[in-house]
Amino acid sequence: MDNAQTQKVERNLIGLSPVDYKGKPSTLCPGCGHNTIANQIQAALFELGVVPEMVAKFSGIGCSSKSPNYFLDRSFGFNGVHGRMPTLATGACFADRRIKLIGISGDGDSASIGMGHFKHVIRRNIPMVYIIENNGVYGLTKGQFSATSDLGLELRHQGKNYLPPLDLCLEALISGAKFVARAFAGDVKQMRELFKAAFVHDGIAVIDVISPCVTFNNQDQAMQSYTWGRENESPIQDITFIPKAQEIFVEDFQEGTYREVKLHDGSILLLKKIDRDYDPTSKTAALDLLTESYEKRYLTTGLFYIEKAEQSIIDIFDLGREPLNRLPAERIRPDLAALEQINAALE
Amino acid sequence: MTHPEKDELIALPQQVNDFCMTVCTVNGSGSATSNNVLYHALFHMGIPTSGKNIFPSNIKGLPTWFVIRVSEKGYLGRVPYDDILVAMNPETFLDDLTYLPEGGVIFYADHIRLPENPRPDLIFYPMPIRRLVKEAEVPRNLREYMENMAYVGIVGEVLGINMESLLYALKRHFGNKATALESNLKMVKTGYDWAAANIVKRDRYSVKPLPPMKDCILTDGNNAAALGSLFGGVEFCAWYPITPASSLVESMIEHNPKLRKDPVTGKNTCVILQVEDELAAAGCAIGAGWAGLRAMTATSGPGLSLMTENVGLAYFTETPIVIWDVQRVGPSTGLPTRTAQGDLTFVYFLGHGDINHIILLPGSVNECFEFGWKALDLAEHYQTPIFVLSDLDLGMNQWITSKFAYPDRPIDRGKILWEEDLDRFGGQWGRYKDIDGDGIPYRTVMGNQNPAAAYFTRGTGHNEYGNYSEDPINWANMIRRIKKKLMNMCEVLPKPILRAKPGAKIGIIGWGSTDPALIEAQDMLEQAGVPVDYLRIRALPSCRDVHDFIAAHDHTYVLELNRDGQMCSILKLEVSECSEKLSSLTDIGGLPMTALWATEQVLAKEMERNG
Repeated sequence: MDNAQTQKVERNLIGLSPVDYKGKPSTLCPGCGHNTIANQIQAALFELGVVPEMVAKFSGIGCSSKSPNYFLDRSFGFNGVHGRMPTLATGACFADRRIKLIGISGDGDSASIGMGHFKHVIRRNIPMVYIIENNGVYGLTKGQFSATSDLGLELRHQGKNYLPPLDLCLEALISGAKFVARAFAGDVKQMRELFKAAFVHDGIAVIDVISPCVTFNNQDQAMQSYTWGRENESPIQDITFIPKAQEIFVEDFQEGTYREVKLHDGSILLLKKIDRDYDPTSKTAALDLLTESYEKRYLTTGLFYIEKAEQSIIDIFDLGREPLNRLPAERIRPDLAALEQINAALE
Repeated sequence: MTHPEKDELIALPQQVNDFCMTVCTVNGSGSATSNNVLYHALFHMGIPTSGKNIFPSNIKGLPTWFVIRVSEKGYLGRVPYDDILVAMNPETFLDDLTYLPEGGVIFYADHIRLPENPRPDLIFYPMPIRRLVKEAEVPRNLREYMENMAYVGIVGEVLGINMESLLYALKRHFGNKATALESNLKMVKTGYDWAAANIVKRDRYSVKPLPPMKDCILTDGNNAAALGSLFGGVEFCAWYPITPASSLVESMIEHNPKLRKDPVTGKNTCVILQVEDELAAAGCAIGAGWAGLRAMTATSGPGLSLMTENVGLAYFTETPIVIWDVQRVGPSTGLPTRTAQGDLTFVYFLGHGDINHIILLPGSVNECFEFGWKALDLAEHYQTPIFVLSDLDLGMNQWITSKFAYPDRPIDRGKILWEEDLDRFGGQWGRYKDIDGDGIPYRTVMGNQNPAAAYFTRGTGHNEYGNYSEDPINWANMIRRIKKKLMNMCEVLPKPILRAKPGAKIGIIGWGSTDPALIEAQDMLEQAGVPVDYLRIRALPSCRDVHDFIAAHDHTYVLELNRDGQMCSILKLEVSECSEKLSSLTDIGGLPMTALWATEQVLAKEMERNG
């Protein structure tokens, strides 16, 4: 590589290039929304200047769950069993509190087989970014209905879907999530800004990404298709993520047309109102909005809810600053005197 | 109330420090406290004693029995009869009487109606429980509980348990709760004094103090397992409540704050997390084990059924975790509060596909402690799930056991590579590469900052570098290496314990909590002219010693608490050249094994075998 080319390579705050955030080549179908999500995760982390080694990826089973292999090759990853991804992340989060966890799941993984874990990992507020790559269909098993498939959806070999879909953002909200958002794979700028905000959020951040399955569920009238999404997406805000070090030039944003949300690490999220004034710190507003969207079949996207958590689960367990998985043996085995006391009490 | 006068019964020989007493109460009435006080007082007098709680799956109001066996010879297994009944439950009274042999004794609350024609060979002592409770002037809300303390005093006096030992036991139970100690002590004394003044002893059972039992403690297997794990440096435990495993984790919760503060920072070093189900308990433990924490969970059969898929994941991704299975009676919900050894084959092959596991089999409370820390070392050293099979009898009942011994070796974290270690591999490190030829690869864990550290862990087919692979040769090599890794463990797992008898030509094999019954049976068989050598297996897969034992005996009986003889079946596979030398003897029903049953079974089979 000659010097001229080297200089052209884009570098982030910590001197890494986008290549440092890449994964293995994707084996998903060309055009799959999941590839877009993988790309935007890489872009968001590159732009944030996150050290790839400080991230760990978790997933279950399904097309979505294969995708952590396609970004951040320099991060640890664990692809477990169907629906149980949140449990792997829960156990791992105590090992090294400095590591940021990303869970990638799908609608089969989270809305059906793993619904219990989905809600309980939220209840525990495990510090992780929980992304659902929601395409309303089982892809890897070749096109069955999922619990987020639209009512009345018709699929080859399946007939007509006679059950209503679950809304994972609503489920997340009522389970106590303090960061709930929805993105659409056809709207990458919004997705990337949401990812960045999710990464700096302290606690679980749930993002339901409508991610079309080009092979099994991309008919124009299907709610999770590109066509339907592009025609029907109604974002509630125009989102701009401003990193903590960067100065805000307020004149860029017309007074009264945006909301400013301060994030955990000092970054700021500017939310420009689109067609209604929406308060993302109000849970009631979020529930109302999502209920209305569900009933009227709108593809509403954006940041629905954000709230600062009192304390993380790591704080609740009062762990030290040093990673637990590096404590030397003498600090995890009580001494002989402690055992003698135990024995004496049982005599 | 008149008592059958049975002077001739006094002619039966006196039985000092050798009897079985069952206290019949209803659960939720505070009887557990009373029974433990009696039990601890006997322990304090230096008399070998075992206490077994036979209880219902219920909170309050159903029959429960507490069986105390006193044996100067140190036989602590269950016996199938009672010498003494303490009858507090009218509902079971008539049935309870049938377990008494000639000369049996009944202490009964005098509000219980006696049968019209009571057996003349029994001795009845009525106890004016309610009157005594009134006299002791205990708070009204505690009266029901105090009824049970009243019998402690009466029974204690008649049997010769000294007041000093009762006081010791009360103090041990109530600790520094001064008011509770005071009112309970008052009740015990009231009963004691009443018995001294009013009961003329006509039975033949009594206790005499013995020299203190040196270096012995009294506790249950679940507490021991919890302590063993905490001394083993466990850093993460996820669990879901289930009888009879809950008290294992509850003991951890109790001891964790005191034992596991980081001596440097004062912060916690062990996370105990109750989660939504057993699928999550296993998943969380695997996530923690994968990320470099010493991780465990504890459950029983139904929970283990739910953990099965995750166990396969841990096995194939070579993630260290420890799983305690405190066995209860299955299948299905089964008998949740009764004991069994029915999970052995299930656990041995837990999971689908080509799979097998390492199982540790503690046979005493002390071994629950020892295997508690050893299991964590083995899991991390061999990077595989380690199962420890206890059971309800061992886990939830109080046993006299030798003092816990401090681990005799440093904590073994296995082949973990940190940043500086990886530099030695010059970028050629592969997660599943068998560099040392022992089948155990090297692993890195989350948080390692070396750019060569990260890898992608997957339950799908993977090559030596952890990359996805469907290659047939690679798959076969991977699965065979894991097997080799596990089979290399046979000789390092806890060795079986042999108790030999002179001239024995036949053997008996047991495992787990049946040990006291089999020790006693071995003596009974010797007295019956059939000396046997007894081998207690403490781990699977079996080691050379087990093969040699079976080969060296004319015939070997495998005795266990399950229907189909699960250990026997496994041994027939593993010691296949001697399979015709093995016979299975099994007992099911949910109660601990008795020496009498074991003896009769072996004798009957031996008669059959010898024509």
